[in-house]
Amino acid sequence: MATTASTAKLRQKIEVASPTRQRVMGLLFLALGIAIWYFFSRGFEQGIITKFGMTPGGQTLKLPDLILPTVTTINFLAILCVLLGLIQLIKPGGFGHYTNMALGIVVAAFIFAFLTWAAAGKSLNLAGMLNTTLIKAVPLTLGALSGILCERSGVVNIAIEGMMLMAAMSASLFASVTGNLWLGVLAGVVSAGLLGLVHGVLSIKYKTNQIISGTAINIFAIGMTSYISSKFLQVNQLALNNPGTFKPIALPLLSKIPFIGPILFDQNIFVYGMYILLIVIHFGLFYTRWGLRMRSVGEHPRAADTLGINVFRTRYISVLLGAFVAGFAGAYFTVGSVGGFDEVMTAGRGFIALAAMIFGNWMPFGALGAGLLFGFADSLAAKISILGVQIPSSFLLMAPYLATMIVLAGVVGRSRVPAADGVPYEKEGD
Amino acid sequence: MSEQNPKPNQASSEPSKQTATEVFLEEVARPSAPKGASRGRRIGQVLLIPALAIFTGLLLGAVFIILTTPSFYAAMKVSVVDGLKEAWNIIYVAYGALFTGAFGSPSEMWAAFTSGDPRAIREAFYPLTESLLASTPYIFGGLSVALGFRVGLFNIGAEGQIFIGAITATFVGYALTGLPLLLHLPIAFLAGAAGGAFWGFIPGFLKARTGAHEVINTIMMNYIAFRLSDWLLTGPMKRPDSFNPVSPTILESAKLPRFFGEPIRLHWGFLVALGMAWLVWWFLFRTEWGFYLRSVGANHHAARYAGMNVPLAIILGMTLAGALAGMAGGNEVLGVNYNLAMAFSSGYGFDSIAIALLGNSHPLGVVLAALLFGALRNGATQMMLTSGIPIDIISVVQAFILVFIAAPAIIRTIYRLKKPAYEEGTSALAGGWGGD
Repeated sequence: MATTASTAKLRQKIEVASPTRQRVMGLLFLALGIAIWYFFSRGFEQGIITKFGMTPGGQTLKLPDLILPTVTTINFLAILCVLLGLIQLIKPGGFGHYTNMALGIVVAAFIFAFLTWAAAGKSLNLAGMLNTTLIKAVPLTLGALSGILCERSGVVNIAIEGMMLMAAMSASLFASVTGNLWLGVLAGVVSAGLLGLVHGVLSIKYKTNQIISGTAINIFAIGMTSYISSKFLQVNQLALNNPGTFKPIALPLLSKIPFIGPILFDQNIFVYGMYILLIVIHFGLFYTRWGLRMRSVGEHPRAADTLGINVFRTRYISVLLGAFVAGFAGAYFTVGSVGGFDEVMTAGRGFIALAAMIFGNWMPFGALGAGLLFGFADSLAAKISILGVQIPSSFLLMAPYLATMIVLAGVVGRSRVPAADGVPYEKEGD
Repeated sequence: MSEQNPKPNQASSEPSKQTATEVFLEEVARPSAPKGASRGRRIGQVLLIPALAIFTGLLLGAVFIILTTPSFYAAMKVSVVDGLKEAWNIIYVAYGALFTGAFGSPSEMWAAFTSGDPRAIREAFYPLTESLLASTPYIFGGLSVALGFRVGLFNIGAEGQIFIGAITATFVGYALTGLPLLLHLPIAFLAGAAGGAFWGFIPGFLKARTGAHEVINTIMMNYIAFRLSDWLLTGPMKRPDSFNPVSPTILESAKLPRFFGEPIRLHWGFLVALGMAWLVWWFLFRTEWGFYLRSVGANHHAARYAGMNVPLAIILGMTLAGALAGMAGGNEVLGVNYNLAMAFSSGYGFDSIAIALLGNSHPLGVVLAALLFGALRNGATQMMLTSGIPIDIISVVQAFILVFIAAPAIIRTIYRLKKPAYEEGTSALAGGWGGD
């Protein structure tokens, strides 16, 4: 298990260039291309069109609808996928380092073809859908970032769900009592931080199994929040569970960019918080001394210790930071979205966040991509019944979990787990 | 089952002159129990930490209840003595209701016995039997997680396996018609086990073949199971005449018979659960395959060098764990609910982890821990009615117990116990996501 950085790099190189992976990927591209043609392109009469709305709701800046000829668009996307598949199969080495990018294009083409097919002869508000996708991705991405901070330092955190739930409750309660939303966010972050401290003490000091510790925190958070909710919040909704929500802030200039402007830059502080945390954590992890130390503790604590890095302190700080991020994510549920606490309102999103972390390969921007993909599945599930497509929305909601299992099984590329993830560190001669 | 005389057979290496109690102690003992110590001390060692963990958990729960009761603060304002009196009063009422809710009131039982009216007797014993009823799925679930632990696997997916087991048992329960009870009931129950087994087999297979960590995969499988049941209950398995997402009621011939008349709901599932506990014990500690599985759990490198088929053991372990969890789902459907609804789960799967740990992954320990948790759950309902304390307090107490069991060093620090020569723990289970 003890993989040093150089062998890890070597392994990655081998895997990227491995002929099996190249062939599997190429066949996958081909299969998706054929699937697009087979499932979506047939059975339409000539001249049918698909209309995409390009303006999210409530915007003054209007863009004309995008009108596409259905069959031609779908056929074009199918051919694109097949072409990429053929290149991947025939060209020596395939796309090499750009394989994942090609995979992204193929998946995007597949999804777009699906939308074009589903909305054939109708109109679908594409911008509204992307807007929902981004909003649904916020707690998932933030939760995944929390997981990355913990696990990069070698502490498994399956308590993201519990931390988010606790933060959601405290944020709602404190914001209602003080009348200040920011104090609510602070309360959420602090309460999740306390749970993170417990997780840290249990898994770092007492060397408890980190999954058991996480499970205990989850059970505790569900019990505690439901207890307080049914004893106080529900009895006195107006005074204790009525925090209001943050309003969207349109950034000057940026929000005026056509199409993406209103989607990306006319949101509330949680979306902007996500952008900032993404960049800060990515930069911190890969371009600062702190990040290097933290990752070395997660990969090979013994070596890090030998070099004078305080393994325990590094892990405590990482777990605490991770818990703070989870708290911010949790506060989103009440003061950023719904405007009140309901029992068990996170509804397993902490676990989807865990999935997003794995799917994103323990990388911040990977987590964003996974969060967006899962958020898209979520928003599509809500839309699908309106479009009248004969696919139960439950299956779309299953997609994130299935995708994670497939990635984890190494079918589409191998995930790179921090080597010492979940292994308590014992100092020698202690 | 500790009273069972262990029959010497080829798989067990224990010398036959050991008494049953000693053999049992060997199985259940934490490594901390010194080999040469007297029997009394060893039993003490086995029971001390769990007992203190339960006690401390209940104590912290009491503190939590007091701190969230407004009348305590009102009394505190008058004087500290009044505050303490009020605190005692709150806990006396709350835990008193918890106790009578879980076990019934002794005076009522006595009165019922002296009156000799069978209906009155049944009503007096109703709380106790409800506790046994509530502990039944916990026994199955706890056995599932415990079996996984023994093979070195963390089955965090009991929840999903319970769900799938409930789905398959329900389906067989209402769709298979024209069979007598003696045939229909076992088939429905086994269908539950098979559903759970399938749901456990997948992560087991993935772990054995690709090394994908079973914790992540079972968590994912949990949510896939929830979504699947959402779909089934709103689509193919929905009761035709209902607006709600509820399955049809199972047939009479698939219902687990009850032991006594109304109002007692305790059914044969409880005995089946005890039987399964014995079977799991026999399998793990008295058969060659059980020895294989335990060896893989103790040290899979050593097991591989000894020529054992580690992947097969992993797959078998997860499948059997899934089957046990599936039985919990089948048991609830066939014995209590008689149909499947959306809000079927009440966190049995996650409680099962606490139960398996509290029982130190031994079937007898699991049964005892399940009885305790069942009593707590059932008593908490009464506590909610009497003193308005939300039932969720039990989850808080369970979380505390789980923490203290998993980190016994905390208990030892609190009660100033001596550190054992050898640190116990579940460290064999700790491991990276990537598996190894």
